[in-house]
Amino acid sequence: MVVGGPRAPARISLEQASFGWRGRRAVSDVSGVFAPGSMTAIVGPNGAGKSTLIKGVMGVLRPMSGRVTLDGAGRRDLAWLPQAAELDRSFPITVHELVAMGAWRRVGAWRRFGMPERERVQQALAAVGLAGAGDRIVGTLSGGQLQRALFARLLLQDANVLLLDEPFAAVDSHTVDDLMRLLGACHAEGRTVVAVLHDLDLVRRHFPQTLLLSRHVVAWGDTAAVLNEAHLRTARELRDRELA
Amino acid sequence: MSLMDWVVSPFLDYGFMRRALAGACALSFGAAPLGVFLVLRRMSLMGDAMSHAILPGVAAGFLLSGLSLTAMLLGGIITGLAVALLAGLVSRLTPLREDASFAAFYLISLGLGVLLVSLRGSNMDLLHVLFGTVLGLDDDALLLVTVCATITLLSLGALYRLLVAECLDPGFLRAAGGNGSLVHMAFLMLVVFNLVSGFQVLGTLMVVGIMMLPAASARFWTRTAAGQIPLAAVLGAAASLVGLLVSYHYSLPASPAIILSAGVVYLFSVACGPQGGLLDISRRARGAAH
Repeated sequence: MVVGGPRAPARISLEQASFGWRGRRAVSDVSGVFAPGSMTAIVGPNGAGKSTLIKGVMGVLRPMSGRVTLDGAGRRDLAWLPQAAELDRSFPITVHELVAMGAWRRVGAWRRFGMPERERVQQALAAVGLAGAGDRIVGTLSGGQLQRALFARLLLQDANVLLLDEPFAAVDSHTVDDLMRLLGACHAEGRTVVAVLHDLDLVRRHFPQTLLLSRHVVAWGDTAAVLNEAHLRTARELRDRELA
Repeated sequence: MSLMDWVVSPFLDYGFMRRALAGACALSFGAAPLGVFLVLRRMSLMGDAMSHAILPGVAAGFLLSGLSLTAMLLGGIITGLAVALLAGLVSRLTPLREDASFAAFYLISLGLGVLLVSLRGSNMDLLHVLFGTVLGLDDDALLLVTVCATITLLSLGALYRLLVAECLDPGFLRAAGGNGSLVHMAFLMLVVFNLVSGFQVLGTLMVVGIMMLPAASARFWTRTAAGQIPLAAVLGAAASLVGLLVSYHYSLPASPAIILSAGVVYLFSVACGPQGGLLDISRRARGAAH
């Protein structure tokens, strides 16, 4: 797509991994594999530890126990789209510059940001439908436009593995369709995609694999097998038990 | 007297005025760009607190060695950095948030500093430390301020991408392997260096004004951070020029005159600035209503 081409397969294995912070475990004993080139949705009730798990896979959080192993990929091959919280939307910067951050691993803090990279930024913007918006200030973008810009940044990273944390929260359905199509294209190129999602219809339509989480793994495998009434009920009961 | 005479002759006629202008402009070129980042990183109060934090160090240097620049500088740097680290620690380890933690340290520093200066010095000395002696800058002071401004500008040029990334999306920077804490520390050190080198020019109470006011004003004239930085430097220099002229012609103290000029620029920017100034906002609201 942007910096396309066949990807080297990247496999992520988790062995009894638990993640949390300040001594509290948010998600425990996760074991399983994100196969190379797979497209997995992580779903579960609120507070299930989905964001925490993604952060653990990304390496932003160290496991409290167990491990995460990357085969055929290093940290540099992972790209993470976090929930928009930490981004300072009021910072006076253009969309072009925000997207250009995606080139960080190639360009770093000091190397020249030359013409080839600039063109990649333009291509990424075009791919997400923001072709003319490069010069706009980030603060003037709508929610959907900002999410497109963050997607463009993700594309620019040209990573083997894409980890997305609630990419479609508070985003209009038109944007969701466009971005979902892009994700599908990334997957078709051989990249591994893992996304935390709330919309089960979307998951059933587009994601062949699903991991159902509720502080522990409830089910992990083919979407049709995982997203049945029994498993969903178990997930809810586990969550209610935690709250009680 | 023609306008040209009014503006130019004080500088043509008097060496001390030329030195004052050079010192104040050099200070602006170093401090104002830093101020832009302070404003963007919502660290304005911290900048203010740190300018008071250098006071006990400067005062201790003064107590121990009289008006020795090196002693006062060293003292200022030590206490400035110490307060920055301590306040940060307190807010990280206790429920007290950064703004209250800094406010506490700033008040303690101010009280301690004034006490220390009064122990040995006269009221005049206290005034000089608090309000600076822009009209009495010697070679050492000028050299310090210019060296500081040069180092600051070079560092900002080198660290620009890191500073912007760390401010815009620290989570992304961390995940992409950038070192956010290093940038933060380097930035703090630059701020303390500027505050300490500037206290001779404008005094510890006022020096943060030349750091913050032009930066806050620049925000109302240009859209991007890259535009605000040079504009803030220019506005700071302009305020220095106007302040010195007003102080000369109307026999007013110089450092407050400089800061008040910067203040007038700020108020004008808030009212009339095209990027979010009050006039701009009301024009847009009227436009939207039709």
